[in-house]
Amino acid sequence: MTGQPLHVGFIPLVDAAALIVAVDKGFTAAEGLDVTLVREVSWSNVRDKLNIGLFDAAHLLAPVAIASSLGLGHVKVPIVASFNLGLNGNAITVSPALHAALLAEIDGDPFDPMVTALALARVVASRKKHGAEPLTFGMTFPFSTHNYQLRFWMAAGGVDPDEDVRLVVLPPPYMVNSLASGHVDAFCVGAPWNSVAVDHGVGHILHFVSDILVRAAEKVLATRRDWSERNPQILAALIRAHQRAATFIEDPDNRAEAAAILARPERVGVAAEVIQRTLDGRLKISPDGTMRESGRYLLVGREGAGRPDPRQAAWLYAQMVRWGQASLSPEALATAKAVFRPDLYNAALQIDPAAAAELPEAIGAFAGSPFDADDIEGHLASFKIMRHKA
Amino acid sequence: MSAEVSPKIVIVDENPIRAAILEEGLRDAGFTAVEHIREMHNLLARIYALDPDVIVIDLENPSRDVLEQMFQVSRAVRRPIAMFVDQSDTDSIRASVDAGVSAYIVDGLKKERLKSILDLCISRFNAFAKLQDELDRTKSALEDRKAIDRAKGILMKLKGLNEDEAYVLLRSTAMREKKKIGEIAQSIITAAELLK
Repeated sequence: MTGQPLHVGFIPLVDAAALIVAVDKGFTAAEGLDVTLVREVSWSNVRDKLNIGLFDAAHLLAPVAIASSLGLGHVKVPIVASFNLGLNGNAITVSPALHAALLAEIDGDPFDPMVTALALARVVASRKKHGAEPLTFGMTFPFSTHNYQLRFWMAAGGVDPDEDVRLVVLPPPYMVNSLASGHVDAFCVGAPWNSVAVDHGVGHILHFVSDILVRAAEKVLATRRDWSERNPQILAALIRAHQRAATFIEDPDNRAEAAAILARPERVGVAAEVIQRTLDGRLKISPDGTMRESGRYLLVGREGAGRPDPRQAAWLYAQMVRWGQASLSPEALATAKAVFRPDLYNAALQIDPAAAAELPEAIGAFAGSPFDADDIEGHLASFKIMRHKA
Repeated sequence: MSAEVSPKIVIVDENPIRAAILEEGLRDAGFTAVEHIREMHNLLARIYALDPDVIVIDLENPSRDVLEQMFQVSRAVRRPIAMFVDQSDTDSIRASVDAGVSAYIVDGLKKERLKSILDLCISRFNAFAKLQDELDRTKSALEDRKAIDRAKGILMKLKGLNEDEAYVLLRSTAMREKKKIGEIAQSIITAAELLK
């Protein structure tokens, strides 16, 4: 029996785990799908190939799905996110020199993002006084969680991400070299690149993004809205295969096997041991071997991570507004929220929506007022540094 | 070309041969201001220094995401840059993605001129892909030739055949097993090495 042929694009990152395991463990085949995974080199390529139909589905940055639906930065193509591939999973890594400078200024718990953000503000002020070049931070894409997480963190300490430092886009595989060569002083990226920097002795992991936000939608399974409407059965089958894979990955007994699958050269192509650290949430954070463990490093499926949460989409849209990428309108907010489709997820898995109670706190940011998805203006008013003019 | 000043085109490509093919094509068409960036380090600074009207980049290049930053409102950008194609022109996007090339423009250039540049890039990228394909096939034919000669030698020695008989044996085995003669030759070589 030959299945329904599908082409699905991905970027070699650990948060593509549910997609890769769904295909390589045969869960998609069991659903009657014949999936060809296509490894890509840039988010722009993934977006464009999804937009024009070369890909039926893709592992995509959640903010790109929203930007594409709003027509920001590129052609407007409505996208739906019917499965959330992961919550959290990024980390902020700094060079040994910046790490030492921050430690000298830190007053309190170094895992408290407000403490480090205030320390960063003092480092930035001192550099300015001495006429040093502004610090440069690498991130992966203009419409990326990495961009927004870095900005959210530093702005809370009083550092203006557009005025006081430089934020530059770097492809993830170039991050470690750029940190080693001094091209950047820090970066925010997904696994495995933070661990690779620590292993090479060129970086210290300063924060897991779960220090900054308790729940942050990271990558989504993205499909074009028109395709999804034409192929509801295929999409439902894809969602079921992903849920099965996410459950498989979350079982500690399966971690080693999942890491081995992801480690293959045609998938993520990094040592299984490094990948498993991120799945386990047990990371070496310093070249001296210091370890840090967190139950929130990367959530693939557990705590309802697979179900797309429109409040997450609203939060990402709010960041686009805050940093001047989007203007604020009720229509745009509604469009952004409608990208995340818990209804498709519930239907595919035959979950009664009434039984799927919403978690009380959708975002859990360490600064600002609690996020209200229906009052972006009010929420943004709690921040001093922003590009949005009310 | 008309009396209009030729737009400045920057080619971002780590493959020097493909970049040369593209550059030649653009010059032949009368676009005289063409620059090539091969080094991806500090890419944006290099681009800003050249201040181009059009940027062409290959899709195998991870630095494409770096270019997307130019669309952002930022102090660093002197002139706004937009995607080459407009909303309605999905055929152009499709053709360029198929060819493996993408182009970005700086506002203020006439659409007709851009279209001719993109069409040229697409045809040159396709021409390069065809060349590459032919080269790969020639290489593999050459390797097959070498393997067949070695396998013939092995058969002649082990089975006391002459050259023609050895070739006929190879060919008939390939036909029977529905494989390429080069593959059969390669397995004979591997087997002979194992049995040494």
